[in-house]
Amino acid sequence: MYDRKRLKEKAEKAKDKHASIGPDIDLKEYTVAPVPHAYMADEDLCKMPETEQHLLNMTGIDVTKKDRGGTFFQKDTQVIHCHARQDGIEVIPMTQALEKYDWIEEYYWKLASVDSDKYTAAAELDLHDGYVVRALPGSKSVYPVQACLYLEKDGLQQNVHNIIIAEEGSELHMITGCASSPQMKTGLHVGVSEFFIKKNAKLSFTMIHNFGEEMVVRPRSVARVEEGGLFLNNYICMKPVKSLQTYPVTDLVGRDSVARFYSIIVGSPGSNYDIGGKIVLKESGSRAEIIARSISNGGNVINRGHLIGDAPDIKAHLECRGLLINGGTLDAIPQLTAHVEGVEMSHEAAVGKIAQDEIQYLMSRGLSRDEATSTIVRGFLSVDIPGLPPQLKAEIDRAIEESDKDVM
Amino acid sequence: MLVIEDLQVELANKIILKHIDLEIKQGETHALFGPNGSGKTSLLMAIMGYPQYKVLSGKIMFKGEDITYMPINERAQLGIGMSYQRPPTINGLKTRQMIHLCGKGKVDEEKLAGRINFSNFLDRDINAGFSGGEIKRSELLQLMAQDPDLMLFDEPESGVDMENMALVGKTIAAMLQRNGFHEEGKSILQTKHERKKMGLIITHTGYIFDYVTADKGQVLFDGMLSSVENPREILRCIGQTGYEECVRCMTEND
Ligand SMILES: Nc1ncnc2c1ncn2[C@@H]1O[C@H](COP(=O)(O)OP(=O)(O)OP(=O)(O)O)[C@@H](O)[C@H]1O
Ligand SMILES: [Mg+2]
Repeated sequence: MYDRKRLKEKAEKAKDKHASIGPDIDLKEYTVAPVPHAYMADEDLCKMPETEQHLLNMTGIDVTKKDRGGTFFQKDTQVIHCHARQDGIEVIPMTQALEKYDWIEEYYWKLASVDSDKYTAAAELDLHDGYVVRALPGSKSVYPVQACLYLEKDGLQQNVHNIIIAEEGSELHMITGCASSPQMKTGLHVGVSEFFIKKNAKLSFTMIHNFGEEMVVRPRSVARVEEGGLFLNNYICMKPVKSLQTYPVTDLVGRDSVARFYSIIVGSPGSNYDIGGKIVLKESGSRAEIIARSISNGGNVINRGHLIGDAPDIKAHLECRGLLINGGTLDAIPQLTAHVEGVEMSHEAAVGKIAQDEIQYLMSRGLSRDEATSTIVRGFLSVDIPGLPPQLKAEIDRAIEESDKDVM
Repeated sequence: MLVIEDLQVELANKIILKHIDLEIKQGETHALFGPNGSGKTSLLMAIMGYPQYKVLSGKIMFKGEDITYMPINERAQLGIGMSYQRPPTINGLKTRQMIHLCGKGKVDEEKLAGRINFSNFLDRDINAGFSGGEIKRSELLQLMAQDPDLMLFDEPESGVDMENMALVGKTIAAMLQRNGFHEEGKSILQTKHERKKMGLIITHTGYIFDYVTADKGQVLFDGMLSSVENPREILRCIGQTGYEECVRCMTEND
């Protein structure tokens, strides 16, 4: 078993350390004590209450597990379902991996630092669980692996640590849905995620958040992509949330490695989002793209993006577009840094409102003003994401379709 | 039937249409001529109901209803549709979806697009990077799906290549139930007799007349309309003497 004493000591020192961005959260307002839940077999999953199933559905989680290569389900602090049903794919609860497998040491806290801030520290000091998903060398996942992190206990701080490994030459698709029960008032979700994309491997990771209005969310993600690897990272959040701050970092450490980030945010009234990402291109031939679409209909959205070119012959582009529908604020903060010659880096940021002539054009085709507006919004949000399997594309489209009702 | 009486329209604090009288009876198609900047597009936009084209006086009646201040979408629902000269791009909205919306889900997008040689564009964002001629076909396709009773065409043939010209011309003729087009089980004559569709076509060149005959020609000049029976006649007259002289000649003959 992995002795985490040194890590704990480090975490202890950082347990009051504020994050470098985002409003500070008083962790004393939340509880971390384990909340027991019974393990659920396949049949039990399908027998969950209708409302819960619908909620999970909205985050891309399919309880029938049809067209899914594996399923992980954590409720509050407890893993209630964990199953892989595809050769070459492993899905293991984090606590179990730490207990049983020596190899986890090579990955656990190797990209993210335990002492980054109070949230990473908490994730170590009071770790609940999380998942390890590994695609074995050369394996190709036909169906995406789904993971769900669900919160039900009011006032809980859920601490999760995930590790995703795409071994050499493998292809892995994942969808993670995070949601909270409608009964839940306040809560905090802390999620540490470390992504390892090895040589010539391909990982697509789609995360859909569907939290409640009083929820605080602090994901902490770091990824490393080796030679010829591809990391496709999609983030979708269309539901109101009190405060969400995340700033995932990806290092492209191998030649010809590629990272693409897509985010779709809808900022509802009372919601505060501070999201962004940094991609460091360390080897020649690597490429990076950050594409953000944000809508505010009364919420506050900060969109950061930082591309850093450390090697010649790299290409990086950042595109950030925002739409104000009904008050609120949008802040686009794009940044480019080049440390060598021969880089090709660009950014494009635009914030505005829906064009009248587009609305009128659609009205002249028989749509009401509201229908026209929502059609334009849906179009704005639907970015073409190359390399995404059709099931996941469908999940994203559905989330957008669903968000319509909230935006209008 | 469309009836416009003494319409005065202002755009950006400038009166562009001074005094417009126009009557398009059921089944009729009119051609609309006029120099660049004379306000032809503006007239169509005013009929469609764009509020920027502010009606200062007069009225527009359609199917017996006063639509002078009716919102755009209600006019569309009443049966007015337009093929635009410069439509906006809507990012992320596929042409296929647009056709679906126009046809209220009741049309076969694929089949309709095939008719106008536009199948390859269904998965592109509507109007995004479309060439001049492609825009014409896209607009026509939308109007086909919408199938309104009064169709306003803003220069449907300009920029269309020779090969597509016949396609565009014949399609418009079919949409307006004209020029040999006849519904299944009905004779050409019967179709003509029962014809409901009305059209107003802006054209500079008159190429469209090779495929679609117009019942009347209208010339917009100095904010007013003058009309004659034979649109080809107007074309010749404009070619020979210019718009101003042609209009003077027409009004004297009246
Ligand atoms: N937004 C605007 N602000 C000010 N003037 C405008 C605006 N839009 C159009 N105009 C002017 O209104 C007049 C009429 O324009 P319109 O587009 O109706 O002309 P048209 O007859 O269709 O011309 P064309 O044959 O070139 O298509 C023109 O002088 C044009 O410059
Ligand atoms: Mg014009």
